[in-house]
Amino acid sequence: MPTTTLAGREIDVDAEGFLTKPEQWDEELAAVLASNIGIELTEAHWVPIRFLRKDFETQKETATLRRVSTVGGIPVKELFALFPGKPAKKMSYVAGLQKPKGCV
Amino acid sequence: MSTPIVPSFDDNTTSGRKLAIICSKGNLDMAYPGLILANAALGEGIETHLFFTFWGFDIINKETMADLKFTFVGNTSMHMPGSSMGIHHMLGALPGATAASTKMMKKMISDLDVPDVPEFLELLSASGCHMWACRMSADMMKLTMDDLFDGVEDIISATDFIELSEGAQLLFI
Repeated sequence: MPTTTLAGREIDVDAEGFLTKPEQWDEELAAVLASNIGIELTEAHWVPIRFLRKDFETQKETATLRRVSTVGGIPVKELFALFPGKPAKKMSYVAGLQKPKGCV
Repeated sequence: MSTPIVPSFDDNTTSGRKLAIICSKGNLDMAYPGLILANAALGEGIETHLFFTFWGFDIINKETMADLKFTFVGNTSMHMPGSSMGIHHMLGALPGATAASTKMMKKMISDLDVPDVPEFLELLSASGCHMWACRMSADMMKLTMDDLFDGVEDIISATDFIELSEGAQLLFI
């Protein structure tokens, strides 16, 4: 697996660029990841990102868009507005997690 | 310093990929493939259109959408999901067989945390899915926009659908 330099340190990523070691993530890195994909983090972005991190601790897998909506309580429309185009993938990238595996 | 490895997220939106799915069946097990694929496409930023026609109307008819059924009559490869033991499809004709198999399939779907049909339509709507109803089917079934799920944009003709699906990848289910 490759590594890449982000926020001045070596980060383990997969071929696409998603983090492979969630423990290397912190909030400072999140801002760098977000700016890599053209997103400037606001408080509204942090709500789903924090949910994803918290949910990952117990579930050991990345929450799907629907789970962020139903369990995390953030409307799907809002997620599309915050992370345009591919919300599930973009959120997981910024949260330092792998993209979700679930179908729905 | 080398360029960081960053996922490329905007390929589809810039390439203008578009998907149109024709939903023509009203059975519970035939409703889900279209809904799940539409949801996946929307999550990838792909412009997605669903066109409901004939029995597919049952998916968007407010009267029937929460009550789609699964029958194994006519399914000669019938076995319960997760089991390889075959069940003769004509047993599905016994009274109560459809109700029982529908109940079981609904439970299996919900155990996977996949929403029921009305909630799924809400999810697709919120994700920006375009939904269209077929004019001929509406006339035949004497249904108007008032009878259909709120996310349905319009009742349109076959020609309208051909026009709006120009350049789209097409699926018939």
